[in-house]
Amino acid sequence: MSYQWNWGVFLQPSASGDDTYLGWMLAGFKMTIGLSLTAWVLALLLGALIGVLRTVPNRALAGFATGYVELFRNIPLLVQLFIWYFVLPELLPESLGNLYKQSNPLLQQFLASMICLALFTSARVAEQVRAGINSLPKGQKNAGLALGFTLPQTYRFVLLPMAFRLVVPPLTSEFLNIFKNSAVCSTIGLLELAAQGRQLVDYTAQPYESFIAVTLAYLLINVTVMFLMHRFERRIVVPGYIGGK
Amino acid sequence: MYEFDWSSIPGALPFLWEGMKISLEITLTAVVIGIVWGTLLAMMRLSSFRPLSWFAAGYVNLFRAVPLVMVLLWFFLIVPKFIEQLFGLPPGSDLRLTSAMIGFALFESAYYSEIIRAGIQSVPKGQMAACSALGMTYGQAMRLVILPQAFRNMVPLLLTQAIILFQDTSLVYVSALADFFGAAYKVGDRDGRLVEMLLFAGAVYFVICYTASQIVKRLQKKYHPA
Repeated sequence: MSYQWNWGVFLQPSASGDDTYLGWMLAGFKMTIGLSLTAWVLALLLGALIGVLRTVPNRALAGFATGYVELFRNIPLLVQLFIWYFVLPELLPESLGNLYKQSNPLLQQFLASMICLALFTSARVAEQVRAGINSLPKGQKNAGLALGFTLPQTYRFVLLPMAFRLVVPPLTSEFLNIFKNSAVCSTIGLLELAAQGRQLVDYTAQPYESFIAVTLAYLLINVTVMFLMHRFERRIVVPGYIGGK
Repeated sequence: MYEFDWSSIPGALPFLWEGMKISLEITLTAVVIGIVWGTLLAMMRLSSFRPLSWFAAGYVNLFRAVPLVMVLLWFFLIVPKFIEQLFGLPPGSDLRLTSAMIGFALFESAYYSEIIRAGIQSVPKGQMAACSALGMTYGQAMRLVILPQAFRNMVPLLLTQAIILFQDTSLVYVSALADFFGAAYKVGDRDGRLVEMLLFAGAVYFVICYTASQIVKRLQKKYHPA
C-alpha cells in the first residue's frame, strides 16, 4: 500500500481556521467524557430506583419496572437514539416542540444523546441492582420486618446498604459501556470523539492517523476507568463476602 | 398534535424484508464465526504456552475496549482495500456487506471467547485430570469431554449474546448499508414519514428480541431448574 503517513496533520490549522486538528480531537474527547458522565449519573439514579421497584411485593410497581427494563433492553440503542432525536419533538405539544426545535442544534443533540444513553443504561443498572438485592439471604428481609421495620425501612437500613456495595463490580462494566455506547451518538451529528475522528478524515484524507488517535483515546478512557473503579471496589468491598478477601 | 400516517409501510414491506435479510445474514455469520474463533481464543487464553495466552488476552481486551462504531469504521476502511488487492478487484467495488460481516465476526469473537472461557472453567478440574489419567490427549479431552459440557452450560448466554448482536447490526447504518434499520430510515426519509418508520422499526426489533429472550429464559429453566 502506498499510504502517505503524516502525523503532523494534528498540528495543522483546522478547516475552521481558529483551531488545530488536535484541538478538534480534544473537543471531541471532552464531549465524550461530559456526555458519558452526565448520562451515567442519571442512569445510576434511575437504575437504582427501577431495580428496587423490581423486587417489591407490589405487583403493579414491579410490573411497571419489568416493562421498563424489557422495553429499553430489546430495542437497539441506535433506534432509541433516533426516536429521542427525530420522533419525540414531533410528539410533544406543539408549543413545547417548537421551542425545542428552535433551540441550539448542539443542545438538541446533547439532550437527545444524554436522555437516550441514561435510559438505555438505567435498564441495565436496574438489572444489576435487582440481582444484588436478590443475592442477599432471604433471612435479612425477614429479620428486618420481624424487628418491626416497615418495608421501606427494611430496604433503607438493611437491604440497600449491602446490595449497593455488592453491585459495584458488575456496575464497572456498565460504566465502561456507557463511554463506548456514547460513540453511537455520532450518528445524529453530535461532535464527540468518533464524530471528530470521521470529520478529520473528511477534511484531511488521513484516515489511519485519525482512527488510531481516536482508538487510543478510547483505550485511555478504558484503562483510566478500570484503574479508578478497581481502587473504589477495594475500598467498599464487604469483608468476608463475594470478592472480599 | 402530530397526525400519524402509516400508509407508507405496506408498500415498503418488500424493501424492509430485503433489509431484514441483510441484518439476519450479518447476525448469523458473526454468531457462527464468533463461536468458532471465540472457542479457539478461549483455549489459547487458557493455554500454558505464554505467547498464545498473551495474544488471546490482547485480542480480547483490545476489541472490548473500543466502541463497536469505531471497530466498524476501521473495518470499512481496511477490508475493502485488502480484498481488492488480494483478488485484484477494481477499486470502489461495493464490499460493505463483506466488511460488516468480517468486522462483526471478529468483534463478537472477543465477547464469545469470554463467555466460552467462563464455560470451560466451570467444568470441574477433576475431569481434565481424569482424561489425562485415561491416556487422552489434550485435544481429545477438550473435544470429547470438556467442551460438550461447557457448551451445554453456555447455551443461554451464547443465545443472549446473539440477541444483543442482532440489535447491534443496526450500527451498519454508519456505512449507509441498507439493513433493516437502514431500509426503514431510507423509506421514512423518502416519504417524509420518519416518525412512523422509526417507531415501526423500534416495534419490530422489540417484538423479535423480546420473543427471543423469552424463549432463551424458557430454555434456561428447562436445562437449569433453579
